[in-house]
Amino acid sequence: MAVLSLRMQKIIILWSFLIIPLLLLGIFTYYPAFSLITISFTNWNGISSIKTGVGLDNYIRVFSDPKYFEIFSHNLIYFFVGFVQIGLSLYFAVILNSKLRGRNIFRAILFSPYIINSVAIAFMFTFLLNNEVGALNVVLKEIGLESLSMNWLSDPKIINYTLAFMSTWKYMGFMMVIIIGALQSIPNDIYEAASIDGANGFQAFRFITLPSLRRILELCFFLNLNGALSAFEFPFVIFPSGSPLGMSDTFVTNTLLTSFRYSDFGLASAMGVLLMIITIILVLAQRWLFFGRDEK
Amino acid sequence: MIRTLKYISLLIAAICILFPPYIVIVAAFKTPTEFALSAGYALPGSFFNFDNFANVLQKGKFLRSYFNISYIIILSLAGNILLGTMVAYALGRFQFKLKSLILGAYAGALVIPGITTQVATFGIIKNLGLFNTHYSMVLLSLGADVVQIYIYLQFIKNIPYELDESAYLEGASLFRIYRSIIFPLLTPATATILILRTISIYNDLYSPYLYMPSQSLGVVTTELMRFSNSYGSSWTMQSAAIILVAIPMVIFYLVLQKYIFSGVVNGAVK
Repeated sequence: MAVLSLRMQKIIILWSFLIIPLLLLGIFTYYPAFSLITISFTNWNGISSIKTGVGLDNYIRVFSDPKYFEIFSHNLIYFFVGFVQIGLSLYFAVILNSKLRGRNIFRAILFSPYIINSVAIAFMFTFLLNNEVGALNVVLKEIGLESLSMNWLSDPKIINYTLAFMSTWKYMGFMMVIIIGALQSIPNDIYEAASIDGANGFQAFRFITLPSLRRILELCFFLNLNGALSAFEFPFVIFPSGSPLGMSDTFVTNTLLTSFRYSDFGLASAMGVLLMIITIILVLAQRWLFFGRDEK
Repeated sequence: MIRTLKYISLLIAAICILFPPYIVIVAAFKTPTEFALSAGYALPGSFFNFDNFANVLQKGKFLRSYFNISYIIILSLAGNILLGTMVAYALGRFQFKLKSLILGAYAGALVIPGITTQVATFGIIKNLGLFNTHYSMVLLSLGADVVQIYIYLQFIKNIPYELDESAYLEGASLFRIYRSIIFPLLTPATATILILRTISIYNDLYSPYLYMPSQSLGVVTTELMRFSNSYGSSWTMQSAAIILVAIPMVIFYLVLQKYIFSGVVNGAVK
């Protein structure tokens, strides 16, 4: 091949190296997204070759059924609990980035849930939080906090918080580790200069650490928003065929039920499209709200 | 004083993290009667009572699920690394018109909610005749994602371009440069990606659930779901099953912890 001109080689390399990856990206990411849009205007049942156009019917069904607002309120719980997660990650990242004996062990422990799969975690918590044999309520009772014991996974008022905190349990350490990574890239002499100028620990955190973490915090906010909108792992594993009275259904678990169980692919696709639109809008809004204004 | 407060908060966090697995571990070593009579947090009579594990391995097809998931991981990683380095070489070393469009296409994929589009992906997998085969999952995890592309691009930037040039002057073709210079020098980035992908494929629940429902194709996640459908009422066996499914990743983590941390950081900071 060395006999070919450089230009010719470049063309061959670009084509042959990019064609398969781009086909994969097109077929498994963009094509599904676009066909989601087309299906959303039909009443396709997932099997038959007939797709009748129904215009905006599916979208109207979503907006006129109050059920979906309730489902959406479950996702909101994940979103707000996610802020607790970001706060905790930031706190532990700062602590474990300072010189502290045993910090490597604590880092390793706090990160460890991330590597365990969600199915195992979901079953672990159903066991821990079980009303009859669950250890959590027993322990709360024995340390005199019986008033805190609850029907963690069967009370509709509580279950979504429980599920959201399960994902905090899983992802807090992950977020902490990426924040530590960003903290380590802040040069130490900035802190030294600040302390010579008389800045205290809090001021150093407020005026050096936080601004340097802007990009990584932006990523954390993005991950939180995305994760909250598409939350599904734990409610899905615990109630694979839908939760009683829909008490823990999220937007995505409901979409999956609508399509693969009730074969209403048109409606499910409309929900998918809405989720995409909502995600894009909220990501942009959040970006502007937290970071955009001082960028301009 | 502040130091003490730091340790107290760390200890509370560590207890919150370790308490749930602790409960599962002690339950897995108890006999059913022992379990019924003792408190959930009490230690088992013996940590050498492996009956529950033996029962689980006999009733659930966990050994087969390890095999299935390993096969899928090996095939997808091989393809994934090959394609990923090729994209990195093409995008990292050459200037051409469509480059920023292609980069944008990878970045744009981030806002497409992968799980809801399964409604449409399902049809594609069926039409390709891959439904209920290992290859459905292999194909779905073959493509590089934006994180991987960025890790590679970041890394390839630091490989001096003079290496390419001098190799070219000595008569190497561009393909040869990719194969003998770029690919080997990308190894640290490749290691990062191998680790991150192994974790995510091993723990993937939805693709196997949807595309490989056949029992003989069970992977660890789907097998655990199936097992708990039939034996979930026996908490001692259920606990043993949870441990069996989690243990390979725990070992993986203990051995590669340092690399996992730097992998996660590299994946995020770019």
